[in-house]
Amino acid sequence: MWAFIHKLGSPKWFYGISAKLEPWFWVAAALLIVAGTVWGLAFAPADYQQGNSFRIIYVHVPAAFLAQSIFVSMAVAGLVFMVWKIKVADMAAAVMAPLGAAMTFVSLFSGAVWGVPTWGTWWMWDARLTSMLILLFLYLGVIALRGAFTSRDSASRAASVLAMVGVINIPIIKYSVDWWYTLHQPASFTMTSRPAMPTEMWLPLLIMVLGFYSFFIALTLMRTRNEILRRESNKRWVRELVQEA
Amino acid sequence: MLQETTEVAPRLKEPGEGLALALTATLKRDLVLMLRRRGEVLNPLVFFALVITLFPVGISPDPDLLALIAPGLLWVAALLAALLSLDSLFRSDFDDGSLEQLLLAPQPLAALTLAKVAVHWLLTGLPLALMAPILGIMLALPAGSYLVLAVSLALGSATLSLIGAIGAALTVGLARGGVLLSLLVLPLYIPVLIFGAGAVQAAIAGDSVSAHLAILGALLAAALMLAPWAIAASLRISING
Repeated sequence: MWAFIHKLGSPKWFYGISAKLEPWFWVAAALLIVAGTVWGLAFAPADYQQGNSFRIIYVHVPAAFLAQSIFVSMAVAGLVFMVWKIKVADMAAAVMAPLGAAMTFVSLFSGAVWGVPTWGTWWMWDARLTSMLILLFLYLGVIALRGAFTSRDSASRAASVLAMVGVINIPIIKYSVDWWYTLHQPASFTMTSRPAMPTEMWLPLLIMVLGFYSFFIALTLMRTRNEILRRESNKRWVRELVQEA
Repeated sequence: MLQETTEVAPRLKEPGEGLALALTATLKRDLVLMLRRRGEVLNPLVFFALVITLFPVGISPDPDLLALIAPGLLWVAALLAALLSLDSLFRSDFDDGSLEQLLLAPQPLAALTLAKVAVHWLLTGLPLALMAPILGIMLALPAGSYLVLAVSLALGSATLSLIGAIGAALTVGLARGGVLLSLLVLPLYIPVLIFGAGAVQAAIAGDSVSAHLAILGALLAAALMLAPWAIAASLRISING
């Protein structure tokens, strides 16, 4: 177990193993997303209240799932980097941040588009919307902090600390925003209060969620590999690799 | 190999008494330094009053409307004033090298930074909390909420100082960290704002405020426990970078 983790920490070994894993995740992501999209958009029954507009859920919910999981993975990678000084963990954290911010934006944007037919407005200061917006700011903060340092090592460590501080605060922010919302106005409608979805509606959703996760893993592996090449460009094995190709 | 050296090497002296000494010394030094630069202490207070002046001018001088939004306005303005003062928290110590001495001290850095944050709160958060009721009068804040406003601000601003110090420590080594600092810190301030402004609104509505104040206290306790470690780690990063 420990030997495995130790090996995983070596950029060269990670570069090799991820080359084998990456195509599988791409295939899984493509299959799942195509299947989920076709099933969700064309075959799943329309919602009896929202009609066809509910189909935004097939993008909205997976994006929101990813937005939150990526921040947690980023903080875990930051912790691994800070504790065991594993450089690959920091490279992964660095490449995850923009994807997480993009997913947060996608979930906010698709939520806004969904809000027009269902709520009649682009934006509501709903508890979930607000905490997602704050999450977007947290992502932007981590990305900006990493970019602000000239020394890469300082940037990595600062971003790791901020990601960990952020991940401790996310539940606090989430619960306090929920509390704030319930204080101000009674819940007139929430996204979860619809009657339980029938199977033919949530199954494509589950497929889409799995597809988005595969996409995230595949993209992170790919971008981490690029980052390894960029940061280790003066190592011998990278030079040999480039000369071979 | 490692074990042998620890056995041979003479045991380090426990910094038990030294810690209290170092804490009081840091407290005293920072208080003296801050009190000699009175302008820096007064600036956040003037900023607070100025921002509060902008709102009636910008929105409406109608006392009924102002009374409605006063709790939130006072809290947001105080929060921004506290944010404004953060950048100078470690800046001068970083510039003249005394921050490095703090890092080299045998006492734990987390404890020493706590003393610095305490001074920051004493000279920023506490004055802001004491000044808020006066500005509350100007915003026609309903009676019965003034004490709650001051208490919630005093409690909340301590948490704000602790969280803000993490951001200040992360950006102290950067040439232009000011805007970045607000980007890092403001999202983390939101829970404090919610419960702080909520306490004042509950007092106006005649509800019990103990829940809000208890949560503000809980946030402060959590920040007191966790923030010093993050501040110390961030300072180490900024010094080495």
